[in-house]
Amino acid sequence: MPADATYTYDVLIVGAGGAGLRAAIEAANAGVTVGLICKSLLGKAHTVMAEGGMAAAMANNDDRDSWKVHFADTMRGGQYVNNWRMAELHAKEAPDRVRELEGWGAVFDRTADGRINQRNFGGHRYPRLAHVGDRTGLELIRTLQDHTVYLGVTVHMEHTVIELLLDGSGRAAGVLAYDREKGRFHVFNAKAVVLATGGVGRAFKVTSNSWEGTGDGHALAFRAGAELIDMEFIQFHPTGMVWPPSVKGILVTEGVRGEGGILKNSEGRRFMFDDIPDNYKPQTASDPEEGWRYVQGDKSARRPPELLTRDHVARCINREVKAGRGSPHGGVFLDIAWIKEKIAGSEEHIKRKLPSMYHQFKELADLDITKTPMEVGPTTHYIMGGIRVDADSQMSTIHGLFAAGECASGINGANRLGGNSLSDLIVFGKRAGEYAAQYARDNPQPRIDDGAVEHGIATSIEPFARGTAGENPYTLQQDLQDTMQSLVGIVRQESEMREAVDRIEGYKERLRRVGVSGGREYHSGWHTAIDLRNLLVVSEAIARSAIERKESRGGHFREDYPEKDPACATFNVSTRPGPGGAMQVSHVPLPPMPDHLKAVVEEQKS
Amino acid sequence: MATATFKIWRTHSSAPGDGTYQTFQTEVSEGMVVLDVVHSIQAQQAPDLAVRWNCKAGKCGSCSAEINGNPRLMCMTRMSQLNLSEPVTIEPMRTFPPIKDLVTDVSWNFRVKKGIKKFKPRQPDAPDGTWRMAQRDVDRVQEFRKCIECFLCQDVCHVLRDHNKHDEFIGPRFFVYAANLEMNPLDTEDRVDDLKDAHNIGYCNITKCCTKVCPEHIHITDNAIIPLKERVVSRHYDPVTRLLRMFK
Repeated sequence: MPADATYTYDVLIVGAGGAGLRAAIEAANAGVTVGLICKSLLGKAHTVMAEGGMAAAMANNDDRDSWKVHFADTMRGGQYVNNWRMAELHAKEAPDRVRELEGWGAVFDRTADGRINQRNFGGHRYPRLAHVGDRTGLELIRTLQDHTVYLGVTVHMEHTVIELLLDGSGRAAGVLAYDREKGRFHVFNAKAVVLATGGVGRAFKVTSNSWEGTGDGHALAFRAGAELIDMEFIQFHPTGMVWPPSVKGILVTEGVRGEGGILKNSEGRRFMFDDIPDNYKPQTASDPEEGWRYVQGDKSARRPPELLTRDHVARCINREVKAGRGSPHGGVFLDIAWIKEKIAGSEEHIKRKLPSMYHQFKELADLDITKTPMEVGPTTHYIMGGIRVDADSQMSTIHGLFAAGECASGINGANRLGGNSLSDLIVFGKRAGEYAAQYARDNPQPRIDDGAVEHGIATSIEPFARGTAGENPYTLQQDLQDTMQSLVGIVRQESEMREAVDRIEGYKERLRRVGVSGGREYHSGWHTAIDLRNLLVVSEAIARSAIERKESRGGHFREDYPEKDPACATFNVSTRPGPGGAMQVSHVPLPPMPDHLKAVVEEQKS
Repeated sequence: MATATFKIWRTHSSAPGDGTYQTFQTEVSEGMVVLDVVHSIQAQQAPDLAVRWNCKAGKCGSCSAEINGNPRLMCMTRMSQLNLSEPVTIEPMRTFPPIKDLVTDVSWNFRVKKGIKKFKPRQPDAPDGTWRMAQRDVDRVQEFRKCIECFLCQDVCHVLRDHNKHDEFIGPRFFVYAANLEMNPLDTEDRVDDLKDAHNIGYCNITKCCTKVCPEHIHITDNAIIPLKERVVSRHYDPVTRLLRMFK
């Protein structure tokens, strides 16, 4: 069966979250034709869920801040396996990327002197997050979306990409996709392709990610032969909702802690003071009083331990729950209501600073956060790993294929600091758009292989041939999520991960038996079958990479290797398809950091 | 755990009105929202049931529907708010053309937005290209920018729903959008004539239905539409201004 239509562009962008939209703007401004594919409606991408803010060393609230401090914070947070060049570019360029948003209509919260206000966040030395209450992601996506629609970018909404297509020379040539509304197959031919598809949270049972986070870009690139790195590094956000069950995993912003929220166990103990890592001791408050002064903006105070990096806080919560000191529904208590002891009118203050959180708990859990502590626990939030890219251009190991945002890898190392993802989207989204446009100008339109298109279509519609007698796609997805959650989750060990890899082999078999009935129009069951192919690739990459890294670092914690191993600080774990498609795992050495940046890191260690 | 009955609209084709209610029985447990029920029916009884959703946290505005006749987000409607002794009906938004089951074609909204003049900031205030604005001056714009584009206000607006003025009238969502631009302290564009002539703000007779259904509790009528109407009135219908204009 041939495709129903073919679209031709200079630059094709897959994904319309922050990174995809920012890439579209840059490419369109460079004067090339741009097509933008989004899996949902425009403006609904997962970026919308980001709450706390975007990190940029603008030094509006504390003039001691600079790109150097931001760079050093990012490297420390990433446990020094980040790509130093990406961390450097990010720290240097984020302020300009944030400022230009204001010229496009973004309306950030203000400082007393009328500049963009910046808030404290975990792992950031100074207040650095430009924000709009606790709905910064919505502000970012709407600003970019409203700017893009006037630039002549063609948006293909509710299209899902099935396969990345290469030309005969191995260069990216476009994609095969289908539109959800009618179930028609469309070929997109482009001189350069930018993947900006976000994360993989849906591989896990408890996640803050929407249904779209199925690792599409990761898997499309991998199947086409690209290299993925750092797939073992998953960020489990310490504070997701745990009750009621139907909302388990929904994010509770770190901004709650940035505004003075504290974590307590069932005994009422503020347990984060019990375990402060050595390399963070000089920057952490010695008592609750100092922590409170810090969140109130006292520059001589150090940050409370609730604002340590996410990997650490998540493990501490996990430990409390396992030790039987958890809350009734298997989490711990996050208390912002207590600030009434400190400030008059605290209820109004909380509602103004954290409106979505107030709303979310009120509507979904019948709980008033201005009066009662919340119950929270870790939730799968973000993958640091992804498509290996060149730091400056964001080009992957496949010619003409670019990646930006969460599906790309490098900037975050072993753990991402809160607030660095939104700034990552705009810094590297812009770069990807710019270099993709340049690549498109320098190269001819590639040829699409009709055979590959027909093969992609035929494979994708196989579930209809099996009908309802086949395996239920939803059941398979749930089984995979259970496996990843229990065997490759927040605390890992070799035997369990090997078990996961075995089970994933079995799921691949079961995927070949998945069946659905009905028409192709807006068919969620069929869609799930297509998603599953991607979820299985990323799940396998996560499990195999996690087995390979025999140490604990950042988001990757192993019970059988609980310590950090300096010998493991020299490489990234890489996965790529070998002959016959089997996954090959290897080490790629980290590029050495130049001396002037090493000096910056040392300088900021005190 | 209780069993509840749901009547969900299933389309036979994308022609308006061509569908029937299908009845499902399913288990409902504590804390569930309507979208959970739809998902569980999808996973166990009707894998091809079409529903649009994304964040399931009230932040993206994808899962708009009419629940027992009330325009709501499915992800923010708890089962405990509904009377489960009677069947719960779930229907798509009626103002937009059907695609399949609970999914409607909302693309008209995206076309409307392009017709509104874009943001045009004044020259930056500082040499580094930045602006200075007081928080109190951006408060009202920030209210409008909370909009999650669920289009429930469009669904319920009778100018669109009952009179089908989609070609002449932009609807509450886009008056909020226009208000956000008009009241941005940096903006220098003028949209007042467009609001009167192209967007027909005069069609709105402030019944406040839009405000009632807004899941973000934006005061659509009071804070966006009425102030915009006032701008139109003071330019075009105020006798003193009209007189002065004659002598200009």
